[in-house]
Amino acid sequence: MTTAPVKKNSFLAGTANYVDERVGVAGILKEFGRKIFPDHWSFMLGEVALYSFLVLLLSGTFLTFFFNPSMAETIYQGSYAPLKGAHMSVAYSSSLDISFEVRGGLLMRQVHHWSALLFVAAAGLHMLRVFFTGAFRKPRELNWVVGFVLFVLGMAAGFTGYSLPDDLLSGNGLRIIDGMMKGIPVIGTSISTGLFGGEFPGTAIVSRLYSLHIMLVPALILVFLALHLFMLVIHKHTHYSGPGKKDTNVVGYPLMPVYVAKAGGFFFIVFGVIMLIATFFTINPIWNYGGYDPSPVSAGTQPDWYIGWLDGALRLAPTGIEFMVGNYTVSTNILLPLVISLVFLAAVAIYPFIENWVTGDKREHHVLDRPRNAPTRTAIGAAGVTFYAVLWAGASTDLIATNFKMSLNQVLVSMQISLIILPFVAFFVTKRLCLALQRKDREIAIHGRESGRIVRLPHGEYIEVHEPLDPHDLYKLVDFKDYKPTLARPNADGRITVGSRIRASMSKFYFEDRISPATQTEIDEAAHHNHEIEAEVKKAIESK
Amino acid sequence: MSEDSKDLAKASDSRYSEHEYDLGLRVANPDAVVDPGLEPHRVRMTDKSVKHEKNAVRQVTALFVLSMLGSAFALYAYFAFPIELGNMGSVRLNTLFLGLGITLGLLGIGIGAVHWAKTLMPDNEVSEERHLTRGSDEKRAAAVEIINLANQESGFSRRKLIRRTLYGALAFFPLPGLIIFGDLGPNVNEKLRHTAWKPGTRLARDPNGRAIKASDVTVGSVFHVIPDGLMPDTEGYLEQKAKAAVLLVRVDPSELIETPERASWSYQGIVAYSKICTHVGCPVALYEQHTHHLLCPCHQSTFDLVNGCKVIFGPATRPLPQLPITVDKDGYLVAQSDFLEPVGPSFWDRSVK
Repeated sequence: MTTAPVKKNSFLAGTANYVDERVGVAGILKEFGRKIFPDHWSFMLGEVALYSFLVLLLSGTFLTFFFNPSMAETIYQGSYAPLKGAHMSVAYSSSLDISFEVRGGLLMRQVHHWSALLFVAAAGLHMLRVFFTGAFRKPRELNWVVGFVLFVLGMAAGFTGYSLPDDLLSGNGLRIIDGMMKGIPVIGTSISTGLFGGEFPGTAIVSRLYSLHIMLVPALILVFLALHLFMLVIHKHTHYSGPGKKDTNVVGYPLMPVYVAKAGGFFFIVFGVIMLIATFFTINPIWNYGGYDPSPVSAGTQPDWYIGWLDGALRLAPTGIEFMVGNYTVSTNILLPLVISLVFLAAVAIYPFIENWVTGDKREHHVLDRPRNAPTRTAIGAAGVTFYAVLWAGASTDLIATNFKMSLNQVLVSMQISLIILPFVAFFVTKRLCLALQRKDREIAIHGRESGRIVRLPHGEYIEVHEPLDPHDLYKLVDFKDYKPTLARPNADGRITVGSRIRASMSKFYFEDRISPATQTEIDEAAHHNHEIEAEVKKAIESK
Repeated sequence: MSEDSKDLAKASDSRYSEHEYDLGLRVANPDAVVDPGLEPHRVRMTDKSVKHEKNAVRQVTALFVLSMLGSAFALYAYFAFPIELGNMGSVRLNTLFLGLGITLGLLGIGIGAVHWAKTLMPDNEVSEERHLTRGSDEKRAAAVEIINLANQESGFSRRKLIRRTLYGALAFFPLPGLIIFGDLGPNVNEKLRHTAWKPGTRLARDPNGRAIKASDVTVGSVFHVIPDGLMPDTEGYLEQKAKAAVLLVRVDPSELIETPERASWSYQGIVAYSKICTHVGCPVALYEQHTHHLLCPCHQSTFDLVNGCKVIFGPATRPLPQLPITVDKDGYLVAQSDFLEPVGPSFWDRSVK
């Protein structure tokens, strides 16, 4: 089988032939070479996450050559003068050496840390994009779950890595983790001593986290990444609604050459931008904190951004809710934030299945929703984002209070109230905004665009002339799926089940307020009306 | 499922007719606006003008050349800006120029490739058919056939005894894999209840370890305290310090609100409390002199120092444990005993004797 229309005996043809005869690459290329990928800026978010993960692997491998994950006691003799002679762990000392004695070491540390921050950020934004456009619907529910697992693994990778340098800041982070684990009833102490190899801080935690950070967690991320991309290929990418785009086709550019060039080039851009940030902006200056010591702590300490919401949850727990059952301590002040965070994560993970159950729509969905065309889903998403944002801001109560010269207590109490109230506000406002935007779309679809041309008719009436839309623009405004609520229906035995009742009320919650897409008849009628007015205007002008 | 939605599911595309899908609550809209098809392709300047095309070629080439220069500069910078040990300025220059060179090397390739794709490669959108994710009925039948055959050949459902013992074996085999993690950490339950403080242990400054005389402690002053003799080379130094760290404050004795049983725990207005927060264990290191409040910087639990370090704000529930102190014959502050309760974050059986 010949592979490429390249002239015989050329190096390229020779190589292609060699590879094909051994790997059968021609079949793979034939299958995937011209696979179509839709193009939209929002599809790049997932790519950013993927590429920052590759950057993490590259920079992380470099760091492993110099880092020594040992908590053995040493006296610092390195080149950073302020810490000379200080007692510290080998891990911290080798992190300092990477920063100050290895050429490019500080750069790579910063590349690694920045790309970790970017990885979780891009993955989070990618999740939001998928959520708000309904890309999680059948057949992609499982891929949503895989992506969710990747996001959680990203946080795990970040946290295990954050603690490795064994500096004061990360040590305090571990202390908090220790305290949280001890708060778990019955088995909490065992979990903590199991992780730390005895009492906190012990001498085992850094090397254990290191094993997790460079082996187990990245291996899991790679496995789930492979699953994620495998399903992407199986499903083919979604595309936004618009003319020519259907659930039965995929519109975009072929993998080779356009997508290879764009996506391949984009990898270098992401890498380059991370490198640029790492070149100019210091991140995690561990030399300022000193080695870990359980006694000192600096005010205004902050975890990496993606852990912030969990720290905020801890801070917002009300005072004095720990209680005793007999002789046993129930640390509700830790359990409550833990449970709330886990419930929140679980709700994110199972959302596609809930929506699918409510709509009962079992067809495959490959055309994305504009967020406004799914008002309730968008409002739920906005409420979730708000809830997360308040928890996140909760991790900075002290900084907010000191920077804005407010009372710490009042900031915290208002955060507690906001955590409960604001998601409802966000839900209501977002839903109304979506419905208003849908109404506006409908108005434009039926009556056309406002031209700004005001005309006075012979009988004295003033009207603004509306111009009809281009059919392609029109189609963008009317192409969306419309659902209506259902009533609880008896099943085959004539009984109305609880499930049926819940589904009915959920469907009411979702679709009670709905704006249907403009129909062809409505548009024709309006156009007819427009023609009449235009004729009248014309007549008036001619009769002058 | 309403009848018309079934029709829609069938009619809208012939490939769905083989398999009927429930539309659920979706409303069929027979009067929908007809799809006008893909938008017409917009011709780019590089498609219609040779001059623009040549320009684009030059730009892409220039970007790739820039990338080469950047990478070459990074190689040069690696040697030209070495790190002189102890010279922080040299670290900064090394990071800066190495990083800039690599950045150029990367961005040149990236922007060049994307520019190439956007200006010179075809930008016609192509439409491709999708297929249902489920296998065709034929494929599914074939798959079922294979499973049946495998079942028949192995006797998986026929030979119940084999099947059930296999389940049993599979259920048991991971257990040793779990139990071997039993030695991850020893049982430290007893250790959590004791600290390095013993009757007569002097209170020493953290970190230099100098013992503190009661006369050194003026009203309003704060000392970060460790047990005398606890030094960095002590075995288990950090574990001991993580439990034994104490905050020592002297207030006007008239301001102290003391329960009768704790009246002897302070010395002339000098009180010593555990510095380890009862919430999740951060050091409670911030003392506000005029309110006598101790604040934990991690989660803002606030303790009232003059009133038994009771929690007045924040997520902690229990007061900070108090260390009973007195003075020895040389006038040094000493502990009367260890803490009378476990210090630090709560744990399940902390109150079980």
